[in-house]
Amino acid sequence: MSATLELKGISRHFGGLKVLQDVNLQIPQGGIFGLIGPNGAGKTTVFNLITGLLPPTAGVISFNGRDLAGRKPHEITRDGIARTFQNIRLFKEMSLLENVMVGMHAQLRYGNLGLLATSGLFRSEEKRARDRARELLSWMKLDHKADDTADNLSYGDQRKLELARALATEPKLLLLDEPVAGMNANEKTELMREIEQISGRGYTIFMIEHDMRFVMGLCQEIAVLNFGRIIAQGGPEAIRNDPQVIEAYLGREDDEPSSGPDGVTDGAPSAVAAGVVPTSVPVPGAQA
Amino acid sequence: MAGFDNFWAVYSNLVLGLGINALLALSIYLTLSCGMLAMANAAFMGIGAYTAALLTMNYDTPFIVSVAAGMAAPAVVAFVMGKPTLRLSGVYLAMATLAFGEVVRIVVLNTDSITGGALGLNGIPQSTQWWHVLVALLAVLAVLWRLRHSRIGRAFEAIKEDETAAGLMGIDVGAHKMLAFVLGAAIAGLAGTLNAHLTFFIGPNEYGFDRGVDILTMAILGGINGLTGPILGGAILTLLPEVLRGFADFRLMVNGVILVLIVLFLPKGLWDPARIRGWFGTKGGKTA
Repeated sequence: MSATLELKGISRHFGGLKVLQDVNLQIPQGGIFGLIGPNGAGKTTVFNLITGLLPPTAGVISFNGRDLAGRKPHEITRDGIARTFQNIRLFKEMSLLENVMVGMHAQLRYGNLGLLATSGLFRSEEKRARDRARELLSWMKLDHKADDTADNLSYGDQRKLELARALATEPKLLLLDEPVAGMNANEKTELMREIEQISGRGYTIFMIEHDMRFVMGLCQEIAVLNFGRIIAQGGPEAIRNDPQVIEAYLGREDDEPSSGPDGVTDGAPSAVAAGVVPTSVPVPGAQA
Repeated sequence: MAGFDNFWAVYSNLVLGLGINALLALSIYLTLSCGMLAMANAAFMGIGAYTAALLTMNYDTPFIVSVAAGMAAPAVVAFVMGKPTLRLSGVYLAMATLAFGEVVRIVVLNTDSITGGALGLNGIPQSTQWWHVLVALLAVLAVLWRLRHSRIGRAFEAIKEDETAAGLMGIDVGAHKMLAFVLGAAIAGLAGTLNAHLTFFIGPNEYGFDRGVDILTMAILGGINGLTGPILGGAILTLLPEVLRGFADFRLMVNGVILVLIVLFLPKGLWDPARIRGWFGTKGGKTA
């Protein structure tokens, strides 16, 4: 498998804060790649660097062999990278259909002046966009709500709409930032199926996720980020048994035994201490 | 027919004022619909008015040439000034554009030899016919209607709602903001040109801060959800002084109170399709 996205020696500092240090990742073509790590490990920063929202302090990001340095977010999107956001960012006052059609912006072939003159092309292109938008909504089983306002959707549906909108940019690589955050068990299972289907349609997927069951169930390969460094990479089984990963999530074995009911106190990263991932930590045999 | 002639003799300026104010309201609607609070439209109107009037008076150009120049000059100025300022957001853009308006006014004041300084320009040929205003308004409406229902209109709205997300949909945010700004300037220039060739006289203070606020008020009052709002707002602000003639000295005050009430209680403006549908007890449907 050839690498479609490659991060080489990526660092990102915010003032004195070293959020990412010498991160190397290769996202292979096809399949689903996962990036996990405790809260504040720098996962979303990785996505912000890839999509051009932030420049890296050092290192090179290349996509299909092309260096992305200095390219603006909309150019990177047109190169074929789309993303969703951890905190959903829909166009809330627009309808579902319009939200998805915004994603098709760069694919409509009438120019800025052409839209005034050549009405035949304009009409056929708009129709194509509408049809494609409906198709993408139907992938997410949202087509019956196409004319509703995005703001009125349930939380789970908003996430799905964001996915449909990202697909509308016709990406080769899809970045998902915590796609199931805040979803209930049913919604998670449903979305898992939909992501599998999307992957089956040939999109390469790179996702950040906290939910271990979800990540372990979907991803062929997983990298673990902790304090800005990649500490492990491999298949789900290897990650689950990696002592460094267990340490990152649960703390060291030689930590003082805790007295509280949480089971974990000092020495452990905040994600576990704060109770964000307590029920889905990657202890061996935990997968359902 | 005599009755109409009478009416026209008395009110023709008012009726044409409706059209010109509608153009001005539409010019600021364009930038507002792209999420920018740009307050330079009065200045662009002035640039257009002076450019066209000077051409007509000094070079005896055909009216159509003056109109074209009156639109092109503010558009070019908007392009040059938009380069550095459009990256500003919110009140900072408003401040920068307001300052620009003052610069324009003071430049006009101090270039006596060309612009007549504080005395303004006198004896501009009254070339504007009623149908010029009508054609201009219809043409602008047609263009804006087409824009609104194309990928550009969707891009404007997406930028208004979430600039970052819009960029990641493949939309060139900077270029679209520039387009809205330049086009708005051209429309304001058109209004200024028509107005100058109607009123015989123009002076620098016509295009100052007060006018800028007036233009903004028209759009906000009418509502910026569609093309109807700005026209409605323009009409009301044109007619209000006439209707309130009886209040004589209190006219401006009553004017202001009405505006405050509307902004407080109808924040989306008078023309809000969702609210109007609510009155008639129907739900859903499409917006204009």
